[in-house]
Amino acid sequence: MLTYIVRRLLLLPLILFGLSLIVFGMIQSLGPDRLLAAYVNPGVLDKLTPAQLEKIKQKYGLGDPMMIRYLKWLKNTLQGDLGWSLVGKQPVRDAILSRLPWTAELALYSIIPVVFVGVWLGVIAAVNRDKFLDHFVRIFAVVGWSFPDFVFGLIVLMVFYSILGWFPPGNLSLWADQVIKSPEFRRFTSLVTIDALLNGRFDVFVDALRHLVAPILTLSWLWWAYLLRITRSSMLEVLTKEYIRTARAKGLSERVVINKHARRNAMIPVVTVGGGMVIQLFAGTVIVEMVFNRTGMGSFTATAATQLDYASIMASTLFYSLILVLGNLVIDILYAVVDPRVRLG
Amino acid sequence: MRVETRRTLRRLLRNPSAVLGFSLLIFFTLIAIFAPLICPPQSYDPYMIPIVTWDKTPQPPSEGHPFGIIDGRDIFYGVVWGTRTAFKVGLTVTLTSTLVGLVIGSIAGYFGGWLDEVLMRITDVFLSIPYILAAIVMTAFLGMGLDKVMISLIIFGWMATARLIRANILQAREEQYVLAAKALGVSDFWVITKHILPNTIFPVLIQATMRIGSLVITAAALSFLGLGAPVGYADWGALLNFARNWLLGASGEALRYWYAIVYPGTAMVLFVLAWNLVGDALRDAFDPRLRG
Repeated sequence: MLTYIVRRLLLLPLILFGLSLIVFGMIQSLGPDRLLAAYVNPGVLDKLTPAQLEKIKQKYGLGDPMMIRYLKWLKNTLQGDLGWSLVGKQPVRDAILSRLPWTAELALYSIIPVVFVGVWLGVIAAVNRDKFLDHFVRIFAVVGWSFPDFVFGLIVLMVFYSILGWFPPGNLSLWADQVIKSPEFRRFTSLVTIDALLNGRFDVFVDALRHLVAPILTLSWLWWAYLLRITRSSMLEVLTKEYIRTARAKGLSERVVINKHARRNAMIPVVTVGGGMVIQLFAGTVIVEMVFNRTGMGSFTATAATQLDYASIMASTLFYSLILVLGNLVIDILYAVVDPRVRLG
Repeated sequence: MRVETRRTLRRLLRNPSAVLGFSLLIFFTLIAIFAPLICPPQSYDPYMIPIVTWDKTPQPPSEGHPFGIIDGRDIFYGVVWGTRTAFKVGLTVTLTSTLVGLVIGSIAGYFGGWLDEVLMRITDVFLSIPYILAAIVMTAFLGMGLDKVMISLIIFGWMATARLIRANILQAREEQYVLAAKALGVSDFWVITKHILPNTIFPVLIQATMRIGSLVITAAALSFLGLGAPVGYADWGALLNFARNWLLGASGEALRYWYAIVYPGTAMVLFVLAWNLVGDALRDAFDPRLRG
């Protein structure tokens, strides 16, 4: 396992290099004139004379050979110079930094219901194998897994916003938005819910939460179903093991057998799958933020794609991919830490 | 029919969720085939939903428009012809990407060595971009449209198959019958296509079936974002995109636009459900160990 992790660490730069090639390759499919838009504020672009345009092309080296351009782009990207965002009307770097906390908040909070509900239902289904409860939970899972997130999101929006009026779309109500932008509101973590509590503004906290419930429900729904299935089959396998029979033969109560002996061992595959799922949750924010009209990395990326804001698209792709690659690495290492058998093997 | 095949078939037919899945699939296939009879096309491109009124406000179901009207277009027409779009996207992307994965995975697994190493690292790189994001970005760069969506989904959709077939081939490579064929001087191409693939293809087919559902979701999601099908194209995702715009502007007006979500949404959920059920059933029938 250790050699595996070392190998993974050694391969990391290679993967990142390949990733940068793909992203760079994509943008090279555009001509130099369209590429200009990725470097210059288009409002300014229209007013420039051909001579000035030529100068800008020179400055950014758009006429250079591919190799030179790649190295230049890589250097700029590594230095954090990601170009000008059409959608954000600001440098891409600032646009991403200002939107990231909203998305992080959404994705991180979504993990909690996914893990608890998914694992809980999965254990229930496995323990009651082939009984009514099991069938019910499994039907729930297969239907849930077939529900596209944007269809589910629209239904949530219809029920909880249009009909009940409980959970409005967007990030914050207007008044709350003004509160967090006021100078008295100190940003500690840049996650609004936590900052609101630290500032003692309970009303802002509640408002932020009201805006989060529906997107969290939508984002986590799909993965409940998934985690449930994994937990169930893993539990079923563990329950046939001999140490479970031994535990029962010792006269332990069924609750102790399930909770202490079976569930712990059944959690091992769930941890690996669950980790990958957390990463996928981040990607899921692209759709969910669009459905609920939230500001964040997801809606930023989607809007950039529809408005052909190339600089933003490239930066977002790199950002999401970095989360995926680094996240997978962390999971692999954690996996070895969590499971002693893997560590020793 | 071989005994084994017959037994598998019987096992499939006894499984209620498999029967439900197959019935739904047959239902959708019939709708797709008979779309021109159910909703006669009114323009030269049958996939464009005809505009029935210039009033953009959604109108609830009525005589002649059983699913209502959104953005001046008949939802029923869109749902029926959208079935064809869903089949077209799902099957084309799945078949092509599975084929690409099959070729890459076979080469990597069979020849091994540095070629395997290079191909698998390329696979890793392609896997390092989240699928939905890769599809969105690639489509944006290729320049929107349904065909561009399909190309993007194929470019970033072959890796799972490649990994699976490679692992299977690594196992099969050491089997006696492969060694025997090689010893007889059979060419590499024939060893792979005649001896190895037939013995390793089932898991790949099952995996492909289970992927169709999520592929249709991803493609519809792109249309929903406005990257896929052009405005007015018969596509479930595009229909739902209309619904979203009206819904966001309508607080407190209970159930005003329900039909704009419920009909295309139901069609989509059932379509995806059908493929998922069939995929599950095939997996259970051919490989009972994996029952989950």
